[in-house]
Amino acid sequence: MKCRNLLSFLACSTFAFTSTAAESVSGAESQGRSDLNLRPGVTDISNQVYDLHMLMFLICVIIAVLVFGVMFYSMVVHRKSKNAKPANFHENIKVEIAWTVVPFLILIGMAVPAANTLIDMEDASKPDMTVLITGSQWKWHYKYMDNDVEYFSVLATQQEQIKNRLQKGENYLLEVDRPLVIPTGQKVRFLITSDDVIHSWWVPDFAVKKDANPGFINEAWARVNEPGIYRGQCAELCGKDHGFMPVVVIAKEPAEYQAWIEEQEAIAQRAKEEEQRLLAMNMSMDQLMTQGKKTYDTVCAACHMPNGEGLPGVFPAIKGSPIATGDVDAHIDILINGVTGTSMASFAKQLTMSEIAAVITYQRNAWGNNTGDMVQAKDINAAMNGKE
Amino acid sequence: MTSATDTTAHVDGEHHDDHHHIPKGLTRWLFTTNHKDIGTLYLWFAFIMFLVGGAMAMVIRAELFQPGLQIVEPNFFNQMTTVHGLIMVFGAVMPAFTGLANWLVPMMIGAPDMALPRMNNWSFWILPFAFLILLSSLFMEGGGPAFGWTFYAPLSTTYSGDSTALFVFSVHIMGISSIMGAINVIVTIFNMRAPGMTYMKMPLFVWTWLITAFLLIAVMPVLAAAVTMVLTDKFFGTSFFDAAGGGDPVLFQHIFWFFGHPEVYIMILPAFGIISQIVPTFSRKKLFGYASMVYATASIALLSFVVWAHHMFTTGMPVAAEMFFMIATMLISVPTGVKVFNWVATMWRGSLSFEIPMMFAIAFIVLFTIGGLSGLMLAITPVDFQYHDTYFVVAHFHYVLVTGAVFSIMAAVYYWLPKWTGKMFDITLAKWHFWCSLISVNVLFFPMHFVGLAGMPRRIPDYALQFADFNKWISVGGFAFGLSQLIFLALLIKACRHQGESVSDQVWDGAEGLEWEIPSPAPYHTFDTPPVVK
Amino acid sequence: MAQQEYQKYYVPEQSIWPIVGAVALFLIAVGAGNYTIEATSDKEGFGFYTLMAGLVVLLVMLVGWFKNQIDESMSGLYSDQLSRSYRQGMAWFIFSEVMFFVAFFGALFYARNISVEWLGGASNNAMTNAVLWPDFVATWPLLVTPGGETSTQMGWYGLPAINTLILVVSSVTLHFAHVGLEENKRTQLNVMLLVTILLGCIFLGLQAYEYIHAYNIGLTLDSGVYGNTFFLLTGFHGLHVTLGTIILIVLYFRILKGHFTPKEHFAFQAGSWYWHFVDVVWLALFVLVYII
Ligand code: HEA
Ligand code: HEA
Ligand code: HEC
Ligand code: CUA
Ligand SMILES: [Cu+2]
Repeated sequence: MKCRNLLSFLACSTFAFTSTAAESVSGAESQGRSDLNLRPGVTDISNQVYDLHMLMFLICVIIAVLVFGVMFYSMVVHRKSKNAKPANFHENIKVEIAWTVVPFLILIGMAVPAANTLIDMEDASKPDMTVLITGSQWKWHYKYMDNDVEYFSVLATQQEQIKNRLQKGENYLLEVDRPLVIPTGQKVRFLITSDDVIHSWWVPDFAVKKDANPGFINEAWARVNEPGIYRGQCAELCGKDHGFMPVVVIAKEPAEYQAWIEEQEAIAQRAKEEEQRLLAMNMSMDQLMTQGKKTYDTVCAACHMPNGEGLPGVFPAIKGSPIATGDVDAHIDILINGVTGTSMASFAKQLTMSEIAAVITYQRNAWGNNTGDMVQAKDINAAMNGKE
Repeated sequence: MTSATDTTAHVDGEHHDDHHHIPKGLTRWLFTTNHKDIGTLYLWFAFIMFLVGGAMAMVIRAELFQPGLQIVEPNFFNQMTTVHGLIMVFGAVMPAFTGLANWLVPMMIGAPDMALPRMNNWSFWILPFAFLILLSSLFMEGGGPAFGWTFYAPLSTTYSGDSTALFVFSVHIMGISSIMGAINVIVTIFNMRAPGMTYMKMPLFVWTWLITAFLLIAVMPVLAAAVTMVLTDKFFGTSFFDAAGGGDPVLFQHIFWFFGHPEVYIMILPAFGIISQIVPTFSRKKLFGYASMVYATASIALLSFVVWAHHMFTTGMPVAAEMFFMIATMLISVPTGVKVFNWVATMWRGSLSFEIPMMFAIAFIVLFTIGGLSGLMLAITPVDFQYHDTYFVVAHFHYVLVTGAVFSIMAAVYYWLPKWTGKMFDITLAKWHFWCSLISVNVLFFPMHFVGLAGMPRRIPDYALQFADFNKWISVGGFAFGLSQLIFLALLIKACRHQGESVSDQVWDGAEGLEWEIPSPAPYHTFDTPPVVK
Repeated sequence: MAQQEYQKYYVPEQSIWPIVGAVALFLIAVGAGNYTIEATSDKEGFGFYTLMAGLVVLLVMLVGWFKNQIDESMSGLYSDQLSRSYRQGMAWFIFSEVMFFVAFFGALFYARNISVEWLGGASNNAMTNAVLWPDFVATWPLLVTPGGETSTQMGWYGLPAINTLILVVSSVTLHFAHVGLEENKRTQLNVMLLVTILLGCIFLGLQAYEYIHAYNIGLTLDSGVYGNTFFLLTGFHGLHVTLGTIILIVLYFRILKGHFTPKEHFAFQAGSWYWHFVDVVWLALFVLVYII
C-alpha cells in the first residue's frame, strides 16, 4: 500500500511541476526564449550546441532512470520488513567489466560530436569583419577594426529601478545605451580583451562566451542567421558591478548594417567637429554643473558613489579629496591618464573634452568641495595635447 | 572490512593500568591528545562553520529573493558569496571529514590513537584561528575578500582591498592544518594497523581517507604557492599574473585549479567511503565489489590531477588542450559509475531496512548521481560555453557538495553517533530532519538548473525579470533547508547531553567492523593492545 | 604486520605545546598580514610587533615541544613503531614541500613556454601580439617585458656554479657524518657535521651577495616574470637552506650533549633528509633557472 501512495504522490507532483513549467515556457516562448532550458539560439553553431545539450541531457536521464529504477525496485522488493533474506554474492567479474566498458562506450559516443562542434567553434579564421571588444569595470568598448567607429556600451537601466523606487522595465538589467551592431549572414570575428580584471563576453543566442583577459586577446566568432536584438551579460566575476554589465547585440540585414555604419562614421566625424567648436567656447558655471552632474551620475557614480563619498578602502571619496580640492592640473591629469594599476581608468576616450571639463568642475564644487574653480574644454585640450 | 574479521578485543576498560583518567574542563579540550576528543572538536567546529557559512548563504538568498537591490550592497554581496564558499569548503566539509577520520580510523584499524597525537591537536587548533582571521577581515575598511572563493587574479591582486593580505595568511594556516591532518591519517594507516589488518581488509572509509590524505598532501602546497604569488603580485610588485610583466592571469587559474579540482574529490572520496560502510550494514549483505571500489577510488584520485582545466574552457586555451581536458574529465565518470553500480548491487537482493543513516545514504546515492550527471554535461566543452559561470554550475556543485558531501557527513553522524555517546539519538527529530532537509534541499537547488540554463549568471546580486519566479522558490527552499538544520542542532545537543536509550555494542544489527566490537559508548582509550584481525 | 612482540605504542598525555603553537601561528599570520599592508602603504600599526611576538612564541613552543620529545625519547618511551611514524611523517612532509616547489617550477614553465611566447604571438595568440603588444618580442630570459620594464640576465657560471658545488659537497659531508654516527665514530660525525653547517652558511652568504649583485645590475623582484621566478624560487630555496642549517646546528648541540645512538637517531635522520631534499631542489633550480 505504501508503495501505491508513493506512486500517486510522484504522479501528482510531476503533474503539478510540468504544468507550472509549461506555463512559464509558453510565457517565455513568445519572446523567443525559454525560462527552463537552453535556447537554440540564432546561429548554426548555437543550434548544434543546443542539440548536443539535449543529447547529453537525454543520455543522462536514461542512465538516471535505469540506475534509480533498479535501486528503487530493490528498495521496494528486497526489504527486511518483507522478510527478504540477504543473498550471498559480493562480486561478479563479468558484470563489473560490463559496467566499466559500457559507460566508456557511451562516453565515446558523446565525445565525438562534441569534438566536431568544438573544432568549428574555435575556428575564427577568414572572417568577413572584425570587432575588438574590450571589457573594463563595468562597461564594454567596441571598436570596428574595418571602420572608423568605436564607442562604449554601458548599462542603461536607471538606478531608481535597481533601488526599487521605479517599476522595473521589460529588459531590466539587460539594456545598454549603445548596443553592438553587426550584419546578419556574415562571419563576424570578435577579438576579446580587457583593460583591468577578467570579464567574459557572453551572448547565449550565439553560443559565444569568451573570457576577456587583460593583456591577451581571445577570439570568437558568430554568423547570425536572423536579424534581431540579442541580450547577454558579463559572465566572469569582475568586482562590485559584475551584475550590471550587460551585452546587447543588434543584428541587421547587411544593407541596413551598411547604412548604419556609414551613419556612425558621419556622426563620429561631426562629433569631432563639434568638439573643436566647443573648444573655443566657455561654458557658464551652471552649464558646467548641470552637464557635470549628468556625466558624474552616469559614469563616475558607480565607483565614487552619487554622494561623492566613495567606498572606504575600495574607491576613494571625491568629497573632500585632496585632489578634487587641490591642484586643478593633478585632477585633470587623473581624468585623462587614469591611475595605472587601479580601476581608475583613463576617460580621455570615453568622454568628450567638454564632458571631462564639466565633470571636473562638478567634482570641485559639489558636496561642499567649494573651490569655485571652473574648468573649460580648452583646458583639457591643452593638458591632453601637451601630454601627447 | 569483511565479516571474516574476528577480534580478541582488548578494551581499555578491562585494563588494570588505569592511569588514563579522562581530564576535565576546558584544558581537556585545549591540551588533548586523544583522537576521540580531537574528532569531537573537529566535528563541532565544522558544524558551527556550517551554520556561519549557511547564514551567509541566507543573506545571499534573501537578496536574491526578488529582483532589485534590497538588503545588501553589491560589494557586500560579493563578500558573502566569497566567504560562504570558503567557509563551507575549508571550514565545514573538510574539517568534518577530518573529524570523522579522527574518530573512526584508529577504531577501524585497531590502533590506540592517531600516530602523531600532539600534531593532531595542533592541526585542529590552528583552524579556528584561521577562520577568526578570515571572518574578522570582513570588518576591515574596504571589507573582506570579494573575489569569489576562486580568487582569480587580477581581481584578487591589483584590484582587491587590503584585507587580501589577511586572506592569504589565513589560507596558509588552513593549508598547514590540512597537510598535518593528512600526514597524520596516512601515517596512522600505514603504521598503526592491528596485526592481521591487511590493506585489502581495511574498511572502505579507511581506504578512501588514505587516498584523500594523499591528495591533500599533494595539492594543499600548490594552493599555498598560489596565494603566495597573489600576495607578491599585490604587494611586492611581481607580475606572475600580469601580461605587462610577461605573466598571465590565466596562469593563476591553472595553478588554482590544479589544486581546486583534486580538492573537490577531497570533499567527496571520504563520502564514498562512508556510503560504502552504511549501505552494506542496512542491506545485511557484504559490500559488492570491494576490490573494484578500491581501484575506482584510486583511479578517481589519479585522474583528478589531469582534468583541472575543465573549469577554464572559456579562457581561450588552444583547441587541443580543450579537447584533452574534456575527454579526461569525462573519463572520471567511469570509476564513479563503478561506485554507484556497486552500491546498487549491494542493495540488490539484500535485506533492506531504512534507518536514518540508510535514508541519508540512499538520498546521497540518488542526489549525488544527479549532481555527477550534470557534471558530465559540464565536461562537454562546447556546451560548457553556455553553462559556464551560470547557476547551472551552482546547481551542479551544490548537488555534489550539499546532497553529496554534507548528506554523507550527516549519514555518518547518525550512523556512528550511538557508538560515540552510547545512546540512541532522538529518532523522531532525526526523521523530521531527514524529510525536511530532503524536500527543501531539492526546492533549493533543483530550480537552479533551470535559471542557469535560461541564462542567469552566478555571483550577481540582482537579476533580470525572467528569473524572478524560480529565484523566489529557490530562496524559500533555502530558508526551509536552513531551518531544517536547526532540528539537527537540537538533536545533536540532546545527544551530547547523553539523553536517550542505551544501545548495544553492535548498535545496528548488520554492522560489522572493529568499531562495533568495542563497548558503546566507545571508551576514552581503545585498543591499548592491538586486537588480532584474522 | 610482522609484529612478533607487542610493544606499547606511546600515546602522550596532554600537552600544552600545540595550543601554544596555534597561538604562535595566529600571531604570525595576523602580524605578517598587517605588516605587509603597512609596509606597502603608509599606514601605521602593530603588524611588525605582532609578527615578532608570534615568532617568539613559536620559538618557545619549538623549544618546549622538542624538549618534551627529547626527554621522552631519552627515557626510552619510544618503540620502533613510533620511530617509523616519525620517519614516515617526515617523508610526507618533505613530499608536501616538493609540491610547493613544483607549483613555482610550474609557474616558471608556464611563464617561459606559454605566457611569454603567447604575448609574442605564438599559438592562438597572433592578435594578442599584433594589437596589444606590437613591439614585444618573446625571448627567454625575458629582459624586456611587454610593458617595457628591463632587466639583466644572471649567468650560471661564477657564483651559482660555486654554490652548486658547495651544496653538493655539503650533501656528501652530511652523508659521512651520518655514516660516522651509525658506525659510532663520534669525531667523524662532529667534524663532518660542522663542515656541513659551515658550507650551508657559506652558501647563504654567497646567495646574499648574489642578490645584491642582481639588484646592482638591474635584476629585481619586480622586473617582470624572469625576475619574479628567479627571486621567488631562489628565495624560497634560500629560506629552506636557512631552516636546514638551523636544524643542523641544533643537531650539533644535541650531539655534543651525547644524544643519539648508532641505532636511534630519528632527529638526525630527519635533518639529513631535509638537507638532501634542499640540495636536490637546488640542482633542479640550477638547471631550470640558471642554465637553460
Ligand atoms: C564534491 C565535489 C564535486 C564533485 C564530486 C564533482 C564531480 C564532477 N564535476 Fe564538478 N564542480 C564542483 C564540485 C564537484 N564536482 C565545484 C565546487 C565546481 C565549481 C567550482 C567553481 O567554479 O566555483 C565544479 C565545477 C565543475 C565544472 C566546471 C563548470 C564550469 O565552471 O563551467 C565541470 C566541467 O567539466 C565539472 C565536472 C564534473 C564531473 C565530470 C564530475 C564527475 O566526477 C562526476 C561523476 C559522476 C557521475 C557521472 C554520476 C554517476 C555515474 C554513473 C551513474 C555512471 C554512468 C554514467 C556515465 C558513464 C555517463 N564540475
Ligand atoms: C560544501 C559546500 C557548500 C555548502 C554546504 C553550501 C550550502 C549552501 N549554499 Fe553554497 N556555495 C558553495 C559551497 C557550498 N554551499 C561554493 C563553493 C559556492 C561558490 C562561491 C563563489 O562563487 O565563490 C557557493 C555559492 C552559492 C550560491 C551562489 C552565489 C552567487 O553565485 O552569487 C548560492 C546562492 O543561492 C548558494 C546557496 C547555498 C545555500 C542556500 C546553502 C545551504 O545548504 C545552507 C544551509 C545551511 C544553513 C542555512 C545554516 C543553518 C541555519 C542557521 C544558521 C539558522 C538561520 C537560518 C535561517 C535564518 C533560515 N551558495
Ligand atoms: C571603475 C571604478 C571607477 C570609476 C568608474 C571612476 N573612478 Fe575615479 N577612482 C577610482 C579608483 C579605484 C581611484 C583610486 C586610484 C588610486 O588608488 O590612486 C580613483 C580616484 C579618483 C580621483 C582621485 C581621488 C583621490 O583623492 O585620490 C578622482 C578625482 C577621480 N577618481 C575622478 C573620477 C571621475 C571624474 C570619474 C568619472 C568620469 C571617475 N573617477 C570614475 C575608480 C573609479
Ligand atoms: Cu565584467 Cu563581470
Ligand atoms: Cu573540477
